[in-house]
Amino acid sequence: MSGPTLLSVDDLQVRFRTEEGTVHAVDGVSFEVRRGEVVAIVGESGAGKSVMAMTLMGLTRSPNAEISGRAHLGETELIGAAEDELQAIRGDRMAMIFQDPMSSLNPVYRVGDQIVEQIRAHTDVPETQAFGRAVDLLREVGIPAPEERARAFPHEFSGGMRQRALIAMGLSLEPELLIADEPTTALDVTIQAQILRLLKRLNTDRGVTTVLITHDLGVVADIADRVLVMYGGRIVESGTLDQIFYDPQHPYTWGLLGSIARLDRPRADRLAQITGQPPSLLSPPEGCHFRPRCPHRFSKCKQVPPLEARGGDGSHTDRCWLDPERKQALRTLESGEIGLEEPAA
Amino acid sequence: MARFVVRRLVSMLIVLFAVSLVTFFIFQVLPNGDPAVRMAGKQPNETQIEAIREEWGFDEPVYVQYATTMEKLFTGDMISYFTQLNVVEEIWKGLPRTLALAIGAAILWMAFGVALGLYTAMRAGRVSDTLLTVLALIGISMPVFWIGALMNHYLGFELTKTLGFELFPNGGYVEFTENPLEWLHHLILPWIALSILFIGVYSRVLRSNVLDTMNQDYVRTARAKGVSERQVLLRHVLRNSLIPVVTLWGLDFAVVIGGGAILTETVFNLQGVGQYAADAIGQLDVPPILAVTMFGAFFVVFFNAIVDIVYAYLDPRIRLEESSA
Repeated sequence: MSGPTLLSVDDLQVRFRTEEGTVHAVDGVSFEVRRGEVVAIVGESGAGKSVMAMTLMGLTRSPNAEISGRAHLGETELIGAAEDELQAIRGDRMAMIFQDPMSSLNPVYRVGDQIVEQIRAHTDVPETQAFGRAVDLLREVGIPAPEERARAFPHEFSGGMRQRALIAMGLSLEPELLIADEPTTALDVTIQAQILRLLKRLNTDRGVTTVLITHDLGVVADIADRVLVMYGGRIVESGTLDQIFYDPQHPYTWGLLGSIARLDRPRADRLAQITGQPPSLLSPPEGCHFRPRCPHRFSKCKQVPPLEARGGDGSHTDRCWLDPERKQALRTLESGEIGLEEPAA
Repeated sequence: MARFVVRRLVSMLIVLFAVSLVTFFIFQVLPNGDPAVRMAGKQPNETQIEAIREEWGFDEPVYVQYATTMEKLFTGDMISYFTQLNVVEEIWKGLPRTLALAIGAAILWMAFGVALGLYTAMRAGRVSDTLLTVLALIGISMPVFWIGALMNHYLGFELTKTLGFELFPNGGYVEFTENPLEWLHHLILPWIALSILFIGVYSRVLRSNVLDTMNQDYVRTARAKGVSERQVLLRHVLRNSLIPVVTLWGLDFAVVIGGGAILTETVFNLQGVGQYAADAIGQLDVPPILAVTMFGAFFVVFFNAIVDIVYAYLDPRIRLEESSA
């Protein structure tokens, strides 16, 4: 499944200076993605997932942004690279698809031409040949009558079709890495499943390495090999799909898992929720960012827990001070109440 | 398309009819509006006035007068009450001048408006943006009769006196066929005077459009595709920001031809349609006023239709069949 390392991110920090103070959107994120993998990054809105992805693409353009750390795509350093270098990588070696397919295509150009634009931004393929390639791509992502549809305008496409077109566009130059930022959030549930199946198929058939950003663990379960859980600009837990789903270590992950509606369990009166608000990244809580919402917090949580493995083969890491045994006892994998009841004392 | 054209033609006729009615009847209720009295001279007596009334048909019922006037307008026989000159011929004479003024100025204000708007949008928030914004606002606030008069006096008159030769002429118009260079020479100041206001307006409109468009998701997509920043700006940001500006352009151009240049033409003594209208209004001379108003209304309605067609081309989301008349 997984080959050599394709993307390695090391201590990535993204801060935005604002009038109210500095927003620490990405706070020391490190991870690796190996070739052929699907890695999901999961977290609530505002966890820093999209900012991180945009930064890797070199698209965090605010003059108020401060970026530090390292990120390598293969051998290429992405952080601090010159704009023309990044421009050459974007869309060619590394492509990104976005949350809202309805507005992500330019309304005044034909869909096929927008794919042609990407192909010709990086290669000298003649226009007609590039258009032929666009048609093939549209066919591959499951758009019926692609010759005709390539000549249509975005408003003549449905939301799901537009996302397919955007995926086709992203894949047009066979990028090494595809970053999909909430690709299904704006779509109907049935269309969501189709798009996820498409992404999975592209991963299995063509070996497209994919970073999937989502707030929906249900989406992750379908296609991810590994999962990173982000909270308040940090990765709080990282592991394989099975590790995260069957042996979650961080109370925040318990909360995320507990808030999935499930049909295979007796219905709870109401869906479990994580009480409280996501932390303000303007003035994040001291120590563990999840502390104010965590029912199991104790004094040590005022220090930042490191992201480290607490056993096993070291592939499963988390940021929580609780002992593994204590965690076992606290989390109850029963109907929608995963360890988030208030502490007894 | 055919349906669109037909619908547009019908609505054009209705508008022109309404405009002609309103213009004509305003002069029936205007105080001191009786043309016979004014035509009869300073100390008229009743018999003279009666004679004029009879000769010009002012004694007929109003609707008959309206009908005859309109008939004369469309057969080209309309005569001014005061100059006794053929109105349609006079308009034809002035039209090339008005067109020369309007076309040149429209190109000027579009080019500079877009350049300035794009530049200020790129520099949004910086000193140069603030400076140019203030300048644009000053430009918008300067009435053309004032800036035109200043230009005429200082650049056309004083500067010529100081330099000893005419860098800028002091008003007037030279036919293109007579001397193309002098034609251009005489139009430079009027073009600038007329454009300043529009440059200010267009740059502001474009600036805010560009800033809006830059935050669009499809611009982010274009960047993610690895398209060069220049192409992102031209093909995606500017192309989409221009749609409303082009609409504005068509309408403003029509308005300038149809009477919007009255002040500019008068200040620079260009003897175009606008100045003709201004003179006619001064004399409450109904036939030319009516003709020029109809002429202006025609241009506005006509360009409205053109703008709709162009708009549908620029923005594929709009279909002509659905856009209302």
